[in-house]
Amino acid sequence: IHFAVTPSRLSTMGSRAFSRSAPKLWNSLPKCKYPEFVKIVEVGPRDGLQNEKDIVPTRVKIQLIDMLSTTGLSVIEATSFVSSKWVPQMADHTDVLQGIQRVPHVRYPVLTPNMQGFQDAVAAGATEVAVFGSASETFSRKNINCSIAESMLRFEEVISAAKDRQIPVRGYVSCALGCPHEGHIEPTKVAEISKALYDMGCYEISLGDTIGVGTPSSMFKMLQKVMKDVPLSALAVHCHDTYGQALPNILTALQMGVSVVDSAVAGLGGCPYAQGSSGNVSTEDVLYMLHGMGIETGVNLDRLLEAGDFICNALGRRTNSKVAQARSGTL
Amino acid sequence: NNHQCLTAHALPDKVKIVEVGPRDGLQNEKTVVPTEAKINLINMLSESGVPVIEATSFVSPKWVPQMADQVEVMKGISKKPGVSYPVLTPNLKGFEAALKAGASEVAIFGAASELFSKKNINCSVEESLQRFEEVMKAAKGAAVPVRGYVSCVVGCPYEGQVAPEKVAHVAKRLYSMGCYEISLGDTIGVGTPGSMTKMLEAVCKELPVSALAVHCHDTYGQALANILIALQMGISVVDSSVAGLGGQGISWSLVSDGPCYLHLPCVSVLSPQGVDLPKLMDAGAFICRTLNRKTSSKVAQATCKL
Repeated sequence: IHFAVTPSRLSTMGSRAFSRSAPKLWNSLPKCKYPEFVKIVEVGPRDGLQNEKDIVPTRVKIQLIDMLSTTGLSVIEATSFVSSKWVPQMADHTDVLQGIQRVPHVRYPVLTPNMQGFQDAVAAGATEVAVFGSASETFSRKNINCSIAESMLRFEEVISAAKDRQIPVRGYVSCALGCPHEGHIEPTKVAEISKALYDMGCYEISLGDTIGVGTPSSMFKMLQKVMKDVPLSALAVHCHDTYGQALPNILTALQMGVSVVDSAVAGLGGCPYAQGSSGNVSTEDVLYMLHGMGIETGVNLDRLLEAGDFICNALGRRTNSKVAQARSGTL
Repeated sequence: NNHQCLTAHALPDKVKIVEVGPRDGLQNEKTVVPTEAKINLINMLSESGVPVIEATSFVSPKWVPQMADQVEVMKGISKKPGVSYPVLTPNLKGFEAALKAGASEVAIFGAASELFSKKNINCSVEESLQRFEEVMKAAKGAAVPVRGYVSCVVGCPYEGQVAPEKVAHVAKRLYSMGCYEISLGDTIGVGTPGSMTKMLEAVCKELPVSALAVHCHDTYGQALANILIALQMGISVVDSSVAGLGGQGISWSLVSDGPCYLHLPCVSVLSPQGVDLPKLMDAGAFICRTLNRKTSSKVAQATCKL
């Protein structure tokens, strides 16, 4: 059996004394305060579809986004202005952005890896963009063919141009909890990249567990460091569910005060580094957890399930969402 | 400061995994598994390092055909020293048959929901507990430890919401009767960290946390999040099922057992005394081949090279 990341590289909580008086201790502690409201950033149409094998017709993408726009979601990542040579799925970026019916109070950020992409996005009517940094040098080189430092220079250009047009920029940090090439990633490195993006002008930093190897302990350690350099209110988590750890990791982030969660309808998108496995966490499953905890999101689960149903039919594939499976009576 | 909230939730250093795949898992699979395969599965699990493997159920084969070979399975497995092989015994008859077949630990089931009890075993919760008193008495006489299960702890397919106080009441009854451990089961997987917390708070008022276990179903993908909550409250025994076995054929519950991996936040899973994950995954791969179905374990899916 081949491990994508060797067990020795998986971080653990470290040893703690097991207290048999735990109930007394626990009951006398201040209760954990969760955020009252969590903003969901729906990345299905971009991160999700980008990692699906089959090319999805433009009209299907548009319909998906239009359906998502009626669910109560306030942010829907619509597409990516990346070269179609690299990401054929996103070749129709302009048509998608121009084809969707924008609902008031909903934002439609798009990825812009460089100035060319940014200019194309603006020409197509984008009103919010996102840039992608990496906490792993090797991942940066293999993924976007340049060092972290070089990528930061590119982003500075984009952010500067965006500022001029008063276009908000969101920053992503990939490999925040592990890298397919380097394995363990130091929390201090994640903090460094997050701070750099935030100081450059990104209004929010989404910390991505790109290969889903994170666990509550590594999430805790990473956030502990990052929150020293970036205000909690500007942090988001983007957890992949490759090893089924996404919900406990998100729960951990919520316990630490994070209140923005990225997810993808129907858990769209696989993982390019673990063939046959899943990628994004399903928005439906995240919603189920949040609503069960009394946390508001503004999102209607039933409408979301419909959108998930639609795209899965269009893709000819099963949903990755357990809530969707349970509701439809198929497991 | 929420930051303090997490550091103060000391997680247990070691977690005991109770592997329920061969019983709860297989019981809920449509395909009847040959006795040999069950024995092989249990033997493979014995080698993986899990300290407890629920082997079978001494229930009438009329109700649960999958468990009809209970005696052969019990007699056929290679019991590893240091590993327990509890079996379900819904009544005195089952208990006696279990003992005769060589069982040295048994388990009994109470429900936190009246309707569920009526529909599932055709009697009220109180009546079921009285039946179990007989089993407890016999078990004490034979010095056989008994584990108690409480089902529907955070939701019932018939009653909907279940009062945490009812769960605490049933758990306490089982514990006072002599069960050494009480496994709290989210039978239909509807629990979330919200309902888990409320339920566990109520139960922790009545029972020592060291006697508690959680048995979370992953029907709505909430199992690991719910288990994390339980660990944060000091619970250190977790039931789970290799390959996430179980999940078909029961229309009201769409039961799907929590996956048995992996990446638990505790050191023990990856420590030398803990569970050997590759061996566990071998067992999972074996039973999935036998059942001709895909694993429900994400870890197994991720590490499988197609």
